Amino acid sequence: MQFFLDFEKPLVELDQKIRELRDYTTANVDFSADIKKLEKKSAKLRDEIFSNLTRWQRTQLARHQVRPYTLDYVKHIFTDWFEVHGDRNFRDDPALVCGFARLDDEPCAIIGHQKGRDTKEKVYRNFGMPNPEGYRKALRVMQMAEQFGLPIFTFVDTPGAFPGIGAEERGQAEAIARNLREMAALTVPVIVTVTGEGGSGGALAIAVGNKVQMMQHSVYAVISPEGCAAILWSDGARGPEAAEALKLTSTDIDSLGVIIDDVIPEPLGGAHNDHAAAAATVKEYLKKHLEELKKLSPEELVEQRYQKFRAMSIIEE
Amino acid sequence: MAWFKKSKAPIAPVESKKVQMPAGLWTKCKNCEEIIYSKEIERNLNVCPKCDYHFRISARERIDLVIDEGSFNETDPDMASVDFLKFKDSKKYVDRIKAAVAKNGGGDAVVTGSGLMNDQEVVVAVFDFAFLGGSMGSVVGEKITRAIELGLEKKAPVMVFSSSGGARMQESILSLMQMAKTSAALAKLKKAGIPFLSVLTDPTTGGVTASFAMLGDLNIAEPKALIGFAGPRVIEQTIRQQLPEGFQRSEYLLDHGMVDMIVSRQEMKARLSQALRIFTQQASAS
Ligand SMILES: [Zn+2]
Repeated sequence: MQFFLDFEKPLVELDQKIRELRDYTTANVDFSADIKKLEKKSAKLRDEIFSNLTRWQRTQLARHQVRPYTLDYVKHIFTDWFEVHGDRNFRDDPALVCGFARLDDEPCAIIGHQKGRDTKEKVYRNFGMPNPEGYRKALRVMQMAEQFGLPIFTFVDTPGAFPGIGAEERGQAEAIARNLREMAALTVPVIVTVTGEGGSGGALAIAVGNKVQMMQHSVYAVISPEGCAAILWSDGARGPEAAEALKLTSTDIDSLGVIIDDVIPEPLGGAHNDHAAAAATVKEYLKKHLEELKKLSPEELVEQRYQKFRAMSIIEE
Repeated sequence: MAWFKKSKAPIAPVESKKVQMPAGLWTKCKNCEEIIYSKEIERNLNVCPKCDYHFRISARERIDLVIDEGSFNETDPDMASVDFLKFKDSKKYVDRIKAAVAKNGGGDAVVTGSGLMNDQEVVVAVFDFAFLGGSMGSVVGEKITRAIELGLEKKAPVMVFSSSGGARMQESILSLMQMAKTSAALAKLKKAGIPFLSVLTDPTTGGVTASFAMLGDLNIAEPKALIGFAGPRVIEQTIRQQLPEGFQRSEYLLDHGMVDMIVSRQEMKARLSQALRIFTQQASAS
């Protein structure tokens, strides 16, 4: 791992030491006692750090540069994958990938935001911020899935919709709104997994599901902490405070009771430490939810999804 | 009149000192900056007689303009917002709610109900920008959803008059979910073949635009209203370019195919009624 967050640093250093001791171990020199001791220390430290994360630290984990992205989950979870491109109106949007594959034997459609790892790919993927074409491509593919009776898996990981002139001119508000309305009417199972950043309307545009689950270190909010801070205090640098106020972690959102069905546990130290293990857990949850939803008729799927979102309000009357 | 206080916007300080305006008697138009006798603006349905700028009006004033006199039945007038996240910035959300309720004399950022429009039964939801910037939290989303469901039940056309800065940050994730909830209700309305008209007034932005406000069978804008998803300041900061002339105004959206028509306040009721009578196959209003 080349990239690490500030609060991961002591762990990274300790793990490095353990690796060095292993490398020095020969037939004549035995460090196994020291290694064991350090491993114990590392496990304890990891536990300490990760059970006391602030909301801002968890936001940083959700944005971790080594975190698995949609195409990583596709690689580890699905077979027979092929990607499809374009909204048939304007262009293809690389910030949102769509395609078809199999979950074990089951044919399905996959929709997900896609971020880039290196600078070049980040720019190509527009940092995972879709333009209207992305939402329109996603809707095209979702309605194709409906046509063929395929379940839909979506993976949410975006800072939000792209605030650009073109995005506004081509109606990103309309594109998001249309997805919300049309997703509500889909007659096939829709299972949503928030894998990293669930950023505002750009996230929700592919997140109207029968089941909605969040990875342990993912976040989901109406606005980014930086955007929130810019509005509240005219100071985007106060993101850490805004993160606290927005209560955006999977734990916070789970505690509201009406938004998500599951929090998916991540490998120790976060999904970025072990993509395959993280994906294996996600796969279990996808299969569990799919089995359950397969028992519902098309009409029941629409109604279950409607009632799920219908229940989302806290009011006094 | 709440909109009058808003005129503190970008006025050059020197100039504002020179012009001594007795409070309330004269109003400076936000758009053309003319100083106009307030009564004259009021008589003109709160539209600037010089430049046709449509000032923001309260939900009650709006209802009076489009619903037949004495026919309005308000629904859920007492539904109230809850500070379930204990949200605090410079002020606690719970105090912001209290202040807004006191200022507006109750309610929240939207007023809903049924009534007659030229004798045709309709369901309306009307935003009050003066209440926390017309922001949409649980109450707004719930009232609009219930209004749509009432339309379904009565088989009556539904109209929303938007004026909102978008989702209410203080309810974080639940505000976001109101976008999905209201849009899902519109899916049912559409399937039932009942008309939904969206009227976009100044300003309509953020999560309100990206849900029901853009989903009208007709999207109708008042002249010169700010309509968009991302705010102009955010866009400018992101792309570091100046925005084109008239960007995100009604006329710009009409050019780009996002709204069906621009209708002035004076003609709004007649036009809405005309369209609804065609969509519901009724004889035209006499
Ligand atoms: Zn004027």
